[in-house]
Amino acid sequence: MRVMAQVAMVMNLDKCIGCHTCSVTCKQAWTNRQGTEYVWFNNVETLPGQGYPRRWEDQDKWKGGWERTRSGRLRLRAGGRLRKLGGIFANPHLPELGDYYQPWTYEYKNLTEAPAGEDLPTARPVSQLTGEPLDTIEWGPNWDDNLGGAPEHAVKDPVVEKIREEVGERIRFEFEQSFMFYLPRICEHCLNPACVSSCPSGAMYKREEDGIVLVDQDRCRGWRMCVTGCPYKKVYFNHRTGKAEKCTLCFPRVEVGMPTVCSETCVGRMRYLGVMLYDADRVAGAAAVADEHDLYPAQLECFLDPADPAVIAAARASGITDEWLDAARRSPVYDLITTYQVALPLHPEYRTMPMVWYVPPLSPVVEAVAATGSDGEDAGNLFGAIDALRIPVEYLAEILTAGDTRPVEAVLRRMAAMRAYMRRINLGEPADESVAAAVGLTGAEMEDMFRLLAVAKQEDRFVIPAAARPDADALAASHPLDGGCPVAGAEGGPSRVTLDISPTRRSS
Amino acid sequence: MDLLLWGVYPYVSVTLLIAGLVWRARYDAFGWTTHSSQLHESRLLRIGSPLFHFGMAFVVAGHVVGLLVPMSWTDALGLDDHAYHLMAVSTGAVAGVAAAAGIGVLVQRRLRTPAVRKARVRGDRLMYAVLLGALALGLTATVLNSTGQTDGYNYREGVSVWFRSLFALSPDYQLMAAAPLAFRLHVLFGFTLFALIPYSRLVHMFSAPLKYLFRPFVVYRRRDPRLTSNRPDRRGWERVS
Repeated sequence: MRVMAQVAMVMNLDKCIGCHTCSVTCKQAWTNRQGTEYVWFNNVETLPGQGYPRRWEDQDKWKGGWERTRSGRLRLRAGGRLRKLGGIFANPHLPELGDYYQPWTYEYKNLTEAPAGEDLPTARPVSQLTGEPLDTIEWGPNWDDNLGGAPEHAVKDPVVEKIREEVGERIRFEFEQSFMFYLPRICEHCLNPACVSSCPSGAMYKREEDGIVLVDQDRCRGWRMCVTGCPYKKVYFNHRTGKAEKCTLCFPRVEVGMPTVCSETCVGRMRYLGVMLYDADRVAGAAAVADEHDLYPAQLECFLDPADPAVIAAARASGITDEWLDAARRSPVYDLITTYQVALPLHPEYRTMPMVWYVPPLSPVVEAVAATGSDGEDAGNLFGAIDALRIPVEYLAEILTAGDTRPVEAVLRRMAAMRAYMRRINLGEPADESVAAAVGLTGAEMEDMFRLLAVAKQEDRFVIPAAARPDADALAASHPLDGGCPVAGAEGGPSRVTLDISPTRRSS
Repeated sequence: MDLLLWGVYPYVSVTLLIAGLVWRARYDAFGWTTHSSQLHESRLLRIGSPLFHFGMAFVVAGHVVGLLVPMSWTDALGLDDHAYHLMAVSTGAVAGVAAAAGIGVLVQRRLRTPAVRKARVRGDRLMYAVLLGALALGLTATVLNSTGQTDGYNYREGVSVWFRSLFALSPDYQLMAAAPLAFRLHVLFGFTLFALIPYSRLVHMFSAPLKYLFRPFVVYRRRDPRLTSNRPDRRGWERVS
């Protein structure tokens, strides 16, 4: 057992309102520079839809991620090492800018600097790359937001194309029959990153301490293989500097115990950050299991129980500090992924072992059941209704479990049960343990899960050990103003960095 | 003048090359990149770039053989001059034409595609001019020489001997001065190109990622130790003892 720690994220899609605040704050923090005009480390896609870059899920075209050879080994889908080097002069599977979108701005100066006159000044759209005026803006980072143009665009969603035959009538894009939900995406900081494995220069790496995947800007030589390697298309080429860039999981913030910008600014409070311990020795085997449907359970088996004394001993032996072990035990992400098992990985079939997981969206099941005249929050009615959800379970399964509908149904049942269970409590009725038992949880667990999903405050949602704490202590110790530094002498040993202490906080 | 051009300039050029590489590696690793413009345009690049790069690889290999292998060696192998030149010219011409065609496509692409044109980096124009000049002159010299318009000049007895004498630090510059004009110009452009390599995007030729073939797929690294406070004090920040 080789214990490694990873800062992981879970997003509760049930609560995503598609406001794009995460995207905008991320862009302002990280990609508002020349060369990254088209880059969104965080973007929010409306599903069904083509996404960003267009049809990124179509791995027949983009060749991202890993595939399993007949002999049971993993191979980069874009080809082995020799093939990669052979194609180094012109990457055959690189998305072009048009696959993302042509970044544009407007000639605002025409408005602000127009002299007084008869004519109304106009601000034409101009390309941010060439400065040339654009006649028509044909695509944007979020062109099909809220199913805009869905009859035309959403049919080209690779997942829709794949399951259309199977699901048939249930995927429709006429206004009143359509379904949609939002999928915010950042880098997955995978356990078996295909981008790192594709980098000829060895410039990309996974950090041992927290699993964050980064690009060493000094070592990147601009070969662009990482862009192809990443099946999520979350490594971008900065056309100005000629180097690859990607989501950094806001490591300068995470190192001091702060949540990422996207998490901190999430209006729906649907993001969770925490530590996952995993057995690095099991990753390669888990990523190479024969049946794609086994990838999700196989990845679950890689995760280690931070309360298990054997794990704790092994973790200490691999240099994981007590502060990190403590954070791992209180990790909201661990609870959502393994304790309640309501979070699922994004496209496990890419075999990269992603570490940003998603709680699938349940809505609007209650309204749908209520519309038929039944009690929309009765557990029995809800369980029955899951098969008839507006969002086809098959669609969610294609995205989250490589097409296996059983885990998705189990998650949705668990969440529906939580609603039914909590309704009785909120109405002052006695708790019904049988509802919890029906989905394999106890009443207490149900309430914990409810707290975590519904009312968790910032310090419950983001449990991040400060990696830089020893550094900060050492820095304070070595400061020229020895003893005079006001933050140097914190008592009681290392503790979690306290975040926003608002007066309305209820927990502790 | 001959001494300056054929006795001094090559050393200046190589010194600039080495100094530039050291400077890149130590102080501007961030600028060490291909500056690829494939993001803007892929179709033409996928034709032009492999043509040019593979062509150039063979051209370079041909130069190495032609310049560094003395005639006496091939004579000893029983390869007569005619057979040697037939081989050299045929493979060299294929490689040279491929490289020239490739760069032709790439230049055309750079000029015609607005976004690629805009993606120019500093020094590109000079670098392209010298590169194209060296290529064109090289092809010209080959054509002239193999069509017998240089009075039977044998570069293996002139240019090559001079080139090897550079390594001995006693350049036989008279030999080079006696070479036909096309050869002299080609050599001049060549050495200018050497000097430009580290200061232009061409520097990426020195980062051919052969290590990729031998390293494990996933690279792990610890947090940058430079970010921690354990590093020695920087110059100028030494503490008072």
